Amino acid sequence: MSATAELNRRLPGGRYIGGVLQRIGLDGRGLVIAIPTIWLLLFFLIPFLVVAKISLSEAAIARPPYLPIWEWSDGFLNINLNFGNYLFLLDDPLYVAAYIESVRIAAISTVVTLLIGYPMAYLIARSSPDRRNILLMLVVLPFWTSFLLRVYAWIGFLKANGIINNFLISLGILNEPLVMLQTDFAVYVGIVYTYLPFMILPLYANLVKLDEAYLEASADLGARPATTFFTITLPLSANGIIAGCMLVFIPAVGEFVIPALLGGPDTLMIGRVLWDEFFSNRDWPIASAVAIVMLFVLVIPIMLLRKVQAVDEGAS
Amino acid sequence: MKRRSRFLLFMGVFGFVFLYAPILSLVIFSFNESKLVTVWGGFSTKWYGELFRDPQILEAAWISAKIAFLSASIAVVIGTIGSFVLIRFARFRSKSLLSMMITAPLVMPEVIIGLSLLLLFVALQGLIGWPGGRGMLTIIIAHSTFGAAYAAVVIQSRLVDMDLSIEEAAQDLGAKPVRVFFDVTLPVIAPALMSAWLLAFTLSLDDLVIASFVSGPGASTLPMVIFSKVRLGVSPDVNALATIIIGLVSLGIIVAALQMSRSKRSSAN
Repeated sequence: MSATAELNRRLPGGRYIGGVLQRIGLDGRGLVIAIPTIWLLLFFLIPFLVVAKISLSEAAIARPPYLPIWEWSDGFLNINLNFGNYLFLLDDPLYVAAYIESVRIAAISTVVTLLIGYPMAYLIARSSPDRRNILLMLVVLPFWTSFLLRVYAWIGFLKANGIINNFLISLGILNEPLVMLQTDFAVYVGIVYTYLPFMILPLYANLVKLDEAYLEASADLGARPATTFFTITLPLSANGIIAGCMLVFIPAVGEFVIPALLGGPDTLMIGRVLWDEFFSNRDWPIASAVAIVMLFVLVIPIMLLRKVQAVDEGAS
Repeated sequence: MKRRSRFLLFMGVFGFVFLYAPILSLVIFSFNESKLVTVWGGFSTKWYGELFRDPQILEAAWISAKIAFLSASIAVVIGTIGSFVLIRFARFRSKSLLSMMITAPLVMPEVIIGLSLLLLFVALQGLIGWPGGRGMLTIIIAHSTFGAAYAAVVIQSRLVDMDLSIEEAAQDLGAKPVRVFFDVTLPVIAPALMSAWLLAFTLSLDDLVIASFVSGPGASTLPMVIFSKVRLGVSPDVNALATIIIGLVSLGIIVAALQMSRSKRSSAN
């Protein structure tokens, strides 16, 4: 029984409408599928095509600030594709440097996040079930409070007369304050801090499934804890590591708020460059080209993440 | 073995201090008399008073709350239908497309989502004259879309865990699919819908980047106002605001946890 049949029964003209709907393949089931599909097509996928289109147009002082790619004149369709924006990106060392910087900063932060997050995830996975839930909640709780305000909190910690410097000076360890705010260091701290839960959760989900019999067998056979860890635990948690790393790395590459608030004027990250092109320079075509190139940079990490997630789904 | 667990314990303590110290400092210094955010000058609640006399912040908070409420509700509807279709329906033509589109917003950098939606709205405006300028409506659409992705993750995991036999029993007793969904599936997954709604609500309340792109004049959300304040330097009334938000979130989590343990107990009886 479908909604179409229901429609036929209820409305006098319904039989006709139902028939038409059915002929184009839209019965109740199709309608249900269509709602989320159409919404996401319209507000997620098609916007990317619009970005791609505008990245090929020329900037202009107009509303909206770009020239159309195609127009009719004298009965002919004129198509003006302009690859100049991409050539400009490749030609200007600023943009190339910003891409490299973003990937470098995101990669270093990801490694640090892994080094802090792995022991925490391991500890939680090896705790008793009651304590496990409390610890997991403590990991997720900061995620629920404002991201912007948590980044803001670090300004108070890192600035010249901030909490860390005041503390170290009062202990007599430092004579004058360390410069931490508005450096790459502050950006690393900000990224590691905000994305730590994204690292811990997939690692935990992976480590909690690890069968302890393997670890016992290894210990019984005389392997030292470190050997057991590197030959058994670490390889078995590879999928969790990849998933966690990609969940940190991908958004970190395009991060805007953290470099804007904690980074210095010379911390070039591509999310910030895109923001400035759009809001300060009002150059929409260049901003679009920056976004498209960023997507290409992220294609491999995104595919890696999907692959690991598909493996996990197949296993469970 | 002993040495390794001591290392683990140290890392655990370090990690949780790292996660909570900044939040605690926000709360402590919100009660600071001094205008210098990081130097203690005595206990005071004056920044809270200042906050509630700031019409810009109050208006932005109200706008943000309205946007978050509506977009979370839309996100849960889309997320529920999308999850249900992906988990319960046998193969259909656009299945992998839908699955891709519903998870991709989770990892897409916010600047890209913001820019792409803004350009779509501008293009639509030129083509069909809708959405008629940028403001609350465009922010709600944007937030519903990425909220739906997060909602879908929560709801999908609940649908996968759910016992299929009760749906089958209802079907065997002659209930139509629509009826099975509303009378059986929906009540069972209701707690997941609630947490999905809360998640989408918080994310919307928190978003700066996407809202900045798709917003227009007159629709400044709370994060947009905070960001412009914070860019000019630290200000104690932002600490007060942070403390209020942290308090509300903690309260919400405690209520949810109590609710959950109560329902667990009643189902055990």
